[in-house]
Amino acid sequence: MNQEELNNRLSKIKDKLLAFEQPLDDRIIISCESEKAYALNQFLFEDIRARFVIITGIDADDCFELLYHYSYDQTGCVITIKAIVRDRQQPQVESITPLLPAAEWIERELHDVLGIGFKNHPNLKRLILADDWPEGVYPLRKEVKK
Amino acid sequence: MKKTLNKPVLAVGPFHPLQEEMEYYQLTLDGEIVTDIDVRLSYNHRGVERISETLQFDQVPFLVSRICGICSATHPLAYVQAVEDIAGVTPPERALYVRTIINELERIHSHLLWVGLGGHFIGYDTVFMWAWKYREPVLDLLEEITGNRNNYGNVKVGGCRENIQNEIVPKILKELDEIEKKTEMLTKAVLDDPIIHARLKGVGILSNKDALNYAVTGPTARGSGVAIDVRHDDPYAAYADVDWNVIAQPEGDVFAKAVVRLLETLESIKIVRQALKKLPDGPVSIEVKEIPPGEGFGHTEAPRGETFHYVRSDGGNRPVRHKARAPSYVNVPSFKASCIGQHVADVTLTLAAVDPCYSCTERLAVVDSQSKVILDYDALLKLSREKTARIKAELGAPEFKLEDI
Repeated sequence: MNQEELNNRLSKIKDKLLAFEQPLDDRIIISCESEKAYALNQFLFEDIRARFVIITGIDADDCFELLYHYSYDQTGCVITIKAIVRDRQQPQVESITPLLPAAEWIERELHDVLGIGFKNHPNLKRLILADDWPEGVYPLRKEVKK
Repeated sequence: MKKTLNKPVLAVGPFHPLQEEMEYYQLTLDGEIVTDIDVRLSYNHRGVERISETLQFDQVPFLVSRICGICSATHPLAYVQAVEDIAGVTPPERALYVRTIINELERIHSHLLWVGLGGHFIGYDTVFMWAWKYREPVLDLLEEITGNRNNYGNVKVGGCRENIQNEIVPKILKELDEIEKKTEMLTKAVLDDPIIHARLKGVGILSNKDALNYAVTGPTARGSGVAIDVRHDDPYAAYADVDWNVIAQPEGDVFAKAVVRLLETLESIKIVRQALKKLPDGPVSIEVKEIPPGEGFGHTEAPRGETFHYVRSDGGNRPVRHKARAPSYVNVPSFKASCIGQHVADVTLTLAAVDPCYSCTERLAVVDSQSKVILDYDALLKLSREKTARIKAELGAPEFKLEDI
């Protein structure tokens, strides 16, 4: 599939999205509510056959953003799903690890540092924080950073 | 009394002779066969992503080049490309060639380093000594070009900090011929050696399907028949202007990964030579005054695979979020697919075959002496003294006085 065909495939899901941005020809950002993140990840991985790269977690004051980065290597296009997690008290999202084993570590890391719960994650134990790090303190949240 | 049978667990790490850095693998065994494997990481946190948010855009390359000594050209390049995307800046052509040359020299020395370690891991220290001997002149070239053997500090937003002087190009080309001769000899010797075939073939196989599911990159992917390479798929720097091949092998075993790295080293030499011969005239940087608000996604092909940097700017002089993903972060977890069912003697080699880089993988904890979470110096001192006192009390050790010495 060339870049034009890829754009066409992605434009078919536009009505399910909050926003569709293409800052450069080969950089695409699709935004959605966190409830739709799993389905979009499944779409990119299974239908488009894009390669999972990583998730960036951001504390954006009134919400959390989870950016699922993919690379479509046939055209070198980087596609990012921007999922908005609005519940600050109990941020939760469906885990994509059952679908994509590559996401296991980064979901554990985000659970450590941002306190995001990943539903149905097979192994959501600590990855990078020390065993004696206090429960409920998430080092990448705004209230901890000064 | 009820008898329970516990499965034996073998610890590999936190310090193990076959793993250069701190990491701890737990292998569950059934006789000689590994039935499960788990890992503990994060002995090596430095908080790079958090520190990056406190630095100005032009300071960050120096920080991210220290994510990993071996990949100290590729991390800043991925970051700089992300920022250049935000700013809509294209560096001068000569800068793109200089970036290519430095990054390929880095790949040559990194792959030779792995080949040497690979030889050492299987008890074949002749390979180790050869490979590292031939790696030395590559580091000397990097020092000649950038001033440093590692942590070159040469890339910046808008180009490069230092030029490659035209006068030293003939010397580099001559040195390159020598390096190529030696690397070819080493490649032939290694790939022709029946002991290496016997030890590496069929060991630690990562299937094509697992390679896709674990989203591995670099030689780990290419050794399993997944022919992806950022240099080819999303060409950056001057890679589109030079002639070279993506090396892939279908077998997925440790031998395939060794073949990929060795042949790739020769391709890298080809790239450097062409880039030097084509080196365009002109400046190596342009001035970039402001970084507007926006998001940038930069990726490069590091020696171990794709290095990915995400940068978000709010229009200020620092990134508000900077995410760095090194290739080992996705390559290392593939051990679940490649190690289970293997003989215990093959596991450390299989783990080493992805060329893991733990200092790359772990970057995130926050050390913040202002927060209540973390113990400050006095508290640590107090804890340490209390612990010593407790141990002394348990042992009945006498009171220590400085004047008694």
